[in-house]
Amino acid sequence: MKVFRVIKPGLFTTVQDRGRYGFMKYGVPISGAMDEFSFRAANTLVENDPDSACLEITLIGPEMEALSKTQIAITGGDCSPEVNGKPVSMWQTITLKKSDYLSFRKMQSGCRAYLSVKGGVDVPKILGSRSTYARGGFGGLDGRPLAKDDTIKMLPPKPSGNLLTLQSELIPCFSRELIIRVIMGPQTDLFTEQGVDTFLSSPYVVTIDSDRMGYRLEGLGVEHVGKSDIVSDALLPGAIQIPRNGKPIVIMKDAQTTGGYAKIAVVITPDIDLLGQARPNDKVRFTKVTLHAAQKQLVQYSKSMSSLKNIMIQTKS
Amino acid sequence: MQPHVRYMPFGDSALLVEFGNTVNTETNKRVLALSSIVETEHLEGVKEVVPTYRSFLVGYDPSRVSYERLVFLIREIEEKTLALNPEAVGRKLVVPVVYGGEYGPDLKHIAEIHNLKEQQVVRLHVEKEYRVYMIGFTAGFPYLGEVADEIATPRLETPRLKVPAGSVGIAEKQTGIYPYEAPGGWQIIGRTPLRLFDPSKQPPALLKAGDIVTFKQIAKDTFNNARESLHSGKAFT
Repeated sequence: MKVFRVIKPGLFTTVQDRGRYGFMKYGVPISGAMDEFSFRAANTLVENDPDSACLEITLIGPEMEALSKTQIAITGGDCSPEVNGKPVSMWQTITLKKSDYLSFRKMQSGCRAYLSVKGGVDVPKILGSRSTYARGGFGGLDGRPLAKDDTIKMLPPKPSGNLLTLQSELIPCFSRELIIRVIMGPQTDLFTEQGVDTFLSSPYVVTIDSDRMGYRLEGLGVEHVGKSDIVSDALLPGAIQIPRNGKPIVIMKDAQTTGGYAKIAVVITPDIDLLGQARPNDKVRFTKVTLHAAQKQLVQYSKSMSSLKNIMIQTKS
Repeated sequence: MQPHVRYMPFGDSALLVEFGNTVNTETNKRVLALSSIVETEHLEGVKEVVPTYRSFLVGYDPSRVSYERLVFLIREIEEKTLALNPEAVGRKLVVPVVYGGEYGPDLKHIAEIHNLKEQQVVRLHVEKEYRVYMIGFTAGFPYLGEVADEIATPRLETPRLKVPAGSVGIAEKQTGIYPYEAPGGWQIIGRTPLRLFDPSKQPPALLKAGDIVTFKQIAKDTFNNARESLHSGKAFT
């Protein structure tokens, strides 16, 4: 069912779900929402299955005309959404009528916002996922970001029409100074003691060369014991590679599946969401945690996502 | 005595099983022997198994299986596989290639720096059997090794912004095939009409780690005909 006509596509708007799992051995990246918490919240607000596809908006939002009556929700970075030129709230269910005009102002905080539609965005599943992998040219809308005059379709929605809001204390705030927790390894032994110390004690700045593939950081170089290059092995989102110049590269969702630079540490899963909201010039500091502490955090994070449904405030039904 | 296998955490939801730190057929065979069994065992909580040259990554859900438990289970399998003959894996595939000219713009350069004729480079490239050490870099890209020392060549100093789909390249002692158009720095010596990656197929990649590949020279005017007939799926011998 047609739900939107794209008038302006925005900077880089793609269809994303939780990602494509099980195909890394064929070189296929995981893709999926860069900020999974906001993505999950967007789906919960319109009572979708938690893995339903949404639109991921990057810094500049699209302009779209509603082609049918629907419910949507917008979460993530503060992008000041408007319907017919009037501000509407994020982190709550919004009802749209046919011909309503949805637009956004400049993103005030964060880097990515999620727009869910009731039922979920309808594009074919490729290798088990609707996520767009733009570099590979598949998934989402023909493997590319939204373009002018695209039609966005939705899957048949569930009949319920509750209006929900996320409690304000659960709404993440996206700071421009991030503390990112990491688990050291798998190749920390390829760095000098001083190199590890530099990595954990000095601030880094997100550069303009940062996207869904990876975040390149600027700051003090991290010293290797010998060469920076290793015989390539596997990568995952969160892995921090240090190339010859010593400047960290944090691997993100669309990254290649193997890489040939030594990895000093890996970002813990909940903090990958925070990085997914970082924009150029944001400051990042790394702090190490143990595997057990990180896994406790991860269990809590997973619980908070699966309990989202139960803690939404119902404003009307 | 087999060298020691290292187990280490890779973030909060993956672990790495490492067999060595060099490119080496024996190491890669051990990686594939163990990783393929770990994959077929469908261990509780395991989401991905990703083999590479010298190690494999296991992605898991820590709410379903602990790091320690998973290491224990894989070690158990490791002990059992010591008795296995790792030769058993691997299919054989012939990859047809048009060498040189517009299809292989760096063939001339490789011949010049090694003091060979272009056709000698081609002969050295088609003479050997190559092992698919791993799939990586981009979807479906096979890392094949190893080429004869006489034609091993470093990457281009400045990578190309666009390398066409099917391009066959050399980087040091490795040879590889670009599944689709991408930026890249490998020295391009030819192009195959085979399609190496098709996301609508299951599995999406033509090759997998452990396969054995040989190249076969074809004429330029058969490239398009070959493209059609080869897609009927008769590629494996």
